[in-house]
Amino acid sequence: MPHRAFFWFILPSALAMLLFIAVPIASVVIQSVHIEHPKVMEEVETCGPFNCTTEMRVDAEATAKLKQAEPLGKFIGLETYFNRNHLAIDSVKTQWQQRDGFFSFVRGLYNLPFYKALSFTLVYTFVVTPLVIVLGFMIALAVNSIPKILRGPAIFVSLLPMIVTPLIGSLVLFWMVDANGVLGSAIQRIFDDPNLSLKASPPLTWIMLLVYGVWHSAPFAFVVFYAGLQTVPQDTLESAMIDGASRWERIRFVVLPHSAPLVTFVGLIQLMDNFRVFEPIVGFNASASATSLSWIIFNDLFGQQQLFGSAAATSLLTILGVCILLMPVLIRTWRQNNRVVA
Amino acid sequence: MTSPSATQYGKTSPLIRLILSAFLIVWIVLAAFPFLWTLWGSFKVEADFFSKVDWTFALSGERTIAETGSAFTGAGYYGAWVQEEFWRAALNTMIVTFFVVIISLTLGTLGGYALSRSGFRYTFWILIAALVFRAMPHITLVSGYLLPFFELNIWGILPTTIVVLVAINQPFTLWMLHSFFLNIPKDLDESALVDGCTRFQAFRHVIVPVMWPGVITTGLFSFLLAYNDFAITTMLLSQDNQTMVPKIGSFLGTTQVQGNVMFAVAAVVSATAPLFILVLFFQRQIVSGLTAGAVKG
Repeated sequence: MPHRAFFWFILPSALAMLLFIAVPIASVVIQSVHIEHPKVMEEVETCGPFNCTTEMRVDAEATAKLKQAEPLGKFIGLETYFNRNHLAIDSVKTQWQQRDGFFSFVRGLYNLPFYKALSFTLVYTFVVTPLVIVLGFMIALAVNSIPKILRGPAIFVSLLPMIVTPLIGSLVLFWMVDANGVLGSAIQRIFDDPNLSLKASPPLTWIMLLVYGVWHSAPFAFVVFYAGLQTVPQDTLESAMIDGASRWERIRFVVLPHSAPLVTFVGLIQLMDNFRVFEPIVGFNASASATSLSWIIFNDLFGQQQLFGSAAATSLLTILGVCILLMPVLIRTWRQNNRVVA
Repeated sequence: MTSPSATQYGKTSPLIRLILSAFLIVWIVLAAFPFLWTLWGSFKVEADFFSKVDWTFALSGERTIAETGSAFTGAGYYGAWVQEEFWRAALNTMIVTFFVVIISLTLGTLGGYALSRSGFRYTFWILIAALVFRAMPHITLVSGYLLPFFELNIWGILPTTIVVLVAINQPFTLWMLHSFFLNIPKDLDESALVDGCTRFQAFRHVIVPVMWPGVITTGLFSFLLAYNDFAITTMLLSQDNQTMVPKIGSFLGTTQVQGNVMFAVAAVVSATAPLFILVLFFQRQIVSGLTAGAVKG
């Protein structure tokens, strides 16, 4: 296809991505080096029947005027990145100097909002992703071994946790594990502890969110692996059987190597999706015990006082995280591409 | 010649099959039970669905009978749809998803077709850029939108959200349609070119008639993205223009306080129903769509 024709075909799509993905990222960069104007205060004297008091009051008009003049706020450079709510360089430094033991240092870091969110995001990403791959593969094997007529309904039911809106899926589970919900009360009965609440304890909240993550994403891995199993070369399987390979050996030496590219694919998609974990924290109302990078950005933007600068700085750090996460894949693709050309 | 499943059955011991079946049954229950339970519970009153006394009340509807005289009540649905005006959110969702799907597919087919037919190196870089864009957490982009949208005074309305969702959806749509168009033989449109068609005519008269299976599959995923989105619709839509998912999100804050949790439960069931129907009718397309990218590698 000549360049000209290509240009016109791709233009609308490229324009959409440029305007609403690339430009916003640039806008995030600019916002992150600015900070909102402080409210302009004025001194007001109010006189009652007995005495006069002076008090500080927000001068709404002057504040609005200032905002109008410089909507981005005041330029402060990289300050936001290093303040206590983000990288918190100072706190980290003092904690490192005063540390006694590695674990207390880590625990100290966990008290800083950014590191708290980062730790949950990373744990979620790197616990859920492998579990999803394993569980998905097992479901695929199981569905593949039942009679054909049952497979349709089995796939239908298996797809549900993935298709349903993440917020809705997490709400449905949240209501069940509520202390008065069916699972919550069952757990209380099993452990014989009427005060046991999944919501109240941070470790249990983490586990609940991780379980939700696996439940939500396993169907995706399952479907991909299931389709992969349909294309396993039958000749190889049969010759392996003739050679006396057991079922396990057939899986180990024929099915798994065949599915290896699929594992990479599922792993890549899952890393990307799990890194942005956000809805379950809202759905499970879990922000007291677990926050994610996406959640702290949301928290900055939502509500009365919108902290654009702070949100932008966290966003940029998150994007940096995504790039680091994707780096191995990008390098590999780049090398492959070069090899093809060379 | 034996069929594939027969060969796989061949030497599977009964024990392994028993374990696999048991495992599968556990998974099916895990996958289906939460939805069935919530569907059933949405017709009860709160005192049953969140029973302090006995969980079996949620099944028998003890308190529901006491409060309403019947074992099932539509009070939650009435509260959500009429009192809290959930119908407005449903309408907004219909508008948003419809336009997002139509526009995404239009842009995506044109772009995906071009990417599949151009042999130049830059197509590779466009696809890689799309992959990186696909990985951006949506909320990070939202923090880039808000201030400009406030300044331009286009915050809070449906068209803005539709355009943003279309753009966010583009990387995925491009990848999927690109790999789909690669499967359509080049000879098809090239012979049209030889016969004197322009590029666009060849696309219009030769490719468009055969592209529908891929377009429908991609459309399903565009629909799911627009329907399921929470981060963007919550942040970019004003109270009156909210779609279903952010509306449910805002229910959480208000209804929990007023003791109307059942409104949220009913709304959740209402919003899930279309997705069930979607899977029911388009299961095959969803499965093929999920694997399209994977099998290519």
